[in-house]
Amino acid sequence: MTFDDYRGIWVYLEVKDGNIAPVSLELLGAGRQLADKRKTELAGVLIGSGVKPLAQTAFTYGADVVYVYDDPIFAYYRTEPYMRALLDCCEKHKPEVLLYGATPTGKDLASAIATDLPTGLTADTTILDIEEDTGLLLASRPAFGGNIMATILCKKYRPQMATVRPKVMKALPPDPSRTGKLVEEHIELREEEMRTKVLEIVRETTKKARIDEADIIVAGGKGMGSKEGFQLIHQLAEVLGGAVGASRDVVEAGWIDHHHQVGQTGVTVTPKIYFAIGISGAIQHVVGMQNSELIIAINKDPNAPIFQSCHYGIVGDAFEIVPLLIERFKEEIPKLKAAADVKEEIRHA
Amino acid sequence: MLHIVACIKQVPDTKIIKMNPKTNTMDRASAPAILNPYDAHAVEEAVRLKKKYGGTVSVLTMGPPPAVKAIKKCIELGADEGYMISDRAFAGADTLATSYALTKALEKIAKQRPIDLVICGKMTIDGDTGQVGPGIARRLNIPPLTGVKKVVEINKEKGYAIVHRKLEDGYEVVQSTLPCLFTVEKDINDISFAPLPNMIKAARYQPTIWTADDLEDVDRKQLGLKGSPTIVSKVWAPPKPEGGELLEGSTKEKVEQLLSLVLAKKELFQ
Ligand SMILES: Cc1cc2nc3c(=O)[nH]c(=O)nc-3n(C[C@H](O)[C@H](O)[C@H](O)COP(=O)(O)OP(=O)(O)OC[C@H]3O[C@@H](n4cnc5c(N)ncnc54)[C@H](O)[C@@H]3O)c2cc1C
Ligand SMILES: Cc1cc2nc3c(=O)[nH]c(=O)nc-3n(C[C@H](O)[C@H](O)[C@H](O)COP(=O)(O)OP(=O)(O)OC[C@H]3O[C@@H](n4cnc5c(N)ncnc54)[C@H](O)[C@@H]3O)c2cc1C
Repeated sequence: MTFDDYRGIWVYLEVKDGNIAPVSLELLGAGRQLADKRKTELAGVLIGSGVKPLAQTAFTYGADVVYVYDDPIFAYYRTEPYMRALLDCCEKHKPEVLLYGATPTGKDLASAIATDLPTGLTADTTILDIEEDTGLLLASRPAFGGNIMATILCKKYRPQMATVRPKVMKALPPDPSRTGKLVEEHIELREEEMRTKVLEIVRETTKKARIDEADIIVAGGKGMGSKEGFQLIHQLAEVLGGAVGASRDVVEAGWIDHHHQVGQTGVTVTPKIYFAIGISGAIQHVVGMQNSELIIAINKDPNAPIFQSCHYGIVGDAFEIVPLLIERFKEEIPKLKAAADVKEEIRHA
Repeated sequence: MLHIVACIKQVPDTKIIKMNPKTNTMDRASAPAILNPYDAHAVEEAVRLKKKYGGTVSVLTMGPPPAVKAIKKCIELGADEGYMISDRAFAGADTLATSYALTKALEKIAKQRPIDLVICGKMTIDGDTGQVGPGIARRLNIPPLTGVKKVVEINKEKGYAIVHRKLEDGYEVVQSTLPCLFTVEKDINDISFAPLPNMIKAARYQPTIWTADDLEDVDRKQLGLKGSPTIVSKVWAPPKPEGGELLEGSTKEKVEQLLSLVLAKKELFQ
């Protein structure tokens, strides 16, 4: 067996709430570029129960081939059955590269597959490239808490595998006219042989807008002084119709729960506007928000690193500035809304 | 009686570490070596389970000789036994080679006292891949339960464990056969204060130390750099952000400038 037997760029298509997860669509976008450079196929592997119709979504976003394992045993994610299916697919069709989203599920599955194949696995990749002639994957990732970037290679094993951070790669614009080849696969698995069972799934949806989907995020840090002081962040978010974000130190202080934490060990966000108020701008925080469209920092220390990572900054006391902002937004936003309503009326008239 | 083994790693404190800007290597002297914070939670959970169900807590690390200090820290936290594997042959290991060496050590520990549960941290703060725990589980052929944020029940007689696994938007309740492996989240527990007798025990404690030759059925090709499919080929400093524009003027003027910047995106507010 030589490396030439391994062909094609693959993406593991994670299913979330009955759809292909956004990160998998992003990976199809990134994978398309790698496949074109290597003049090879882009394939997706879809595992789940009742998931066959989702293959078309993958074609729409750039896949040439989709391998489907559709069986009730895959109703929810468990390492064992999913791993057996994906190993089966790798052994039959031998990909050159296999990418996963660096989500809890993607990382769990990838780590198991890497051990069994065995092969190398690069974690939390943020930059991907491939050598056109050798097919060597260049996967780069932050390490040491974001203090360095490292390029990781896997020269002697195939497939080359990487988990890739969500919201770093770009999905292609969907093209509903694109089609591809659907390959139905099957593997014999019996429920009695499975060693784990999911007894219950509990969704903890907060009433507040989900932070990873919000257009506006108002994030506060330790500079807000106390849980009471942090209320100003909630108030500003409310007038702007945005979600509340926080630094890790705020979460650890118990001012807000972990779902709101932005950064390396929290969520990665890319809103249209990100406010960082009383946040020093540690690298572990910045990696989670640096791709936001407009970043605004408010901090009383002119030397705070956050001013290196923002588009606009105000040096000043949050307790002076934020109440003023709240007051002024309360006045101005309704005017914008009213103007929009007028326009709407004119259009309908 | 349960036998729980927590895998722990000594790491540089990456929060305060300084990088040498010329070589892009860590200035190790700038950062103290600490017990990986996630692993402290792994040990804490093991000790809590021991208190609840009875048994023994062992800790295992692979690392250079100074890593004994991290084991002592675990003894303070309430671990009973410490094992360390230390050998040049292990150096340069990626996650695949790391999980191989740790598995060989776990097999040796299990010969002395069978293992019911292995607990790892969610990830380290230096390599921070989170891949070693699931790798060990595959090699031992036991179920990996990643992202555990609560242990509901361990039932050794009936041979199962029930835990809460963290999901992106909630959690799932999972039952697994024993033995199995957990990787734990930080919110699984708060670290208890080390009682004085533990501190005294820790100060004197000497862990069992094994070299590669002490482990059984070891395939040397799978150890260290040789056994590592991944290679770190290039290391560089992340691009420095260019820095933003600071708004000038009186507080009121700054607020007004900010207002117009934000309201310029009027589609967000209509
Ligand atoms: C492995 C690892 C992972 C991590 N992951 C994350 C992560 O995911 N997310 C994260 O956020 N952090 C993370 N951290 C922690 C990170 O290193 C920082 O410690 C943290 O982000 C600091 O939080 P902060 O900015 O709120 O607090 P501080 O650093 O204490 O900053 C407070 C800031 O508020 C300013 N301030 C004080 N008073 C006022 C006032 N009245 N008005 C205006 N400004 C004021 C101060 O000038 C200061 O800049 C991680 C660390 C490690 C080691
Ligand atoms: C810059 C850089 C980038 C790297 N990138 C990769 C990469 O992408 N892929 C890759 O395979 N390797 C990579 N490595 C190598 C990796 O850091 C080492 O393999 C390391 O020994 C273990 O990985 P980790 O620190 O990521 O552990 P993690 O997988 O994050 O650790 C999870 C848990 O496993 C246990 N554990 C981990 N290490 C030990 C130990 N030595 N002793 C006892 N228990 C332990 C602990 O419970 C820990 O909480 C990289 C190394 C460097 C320096």
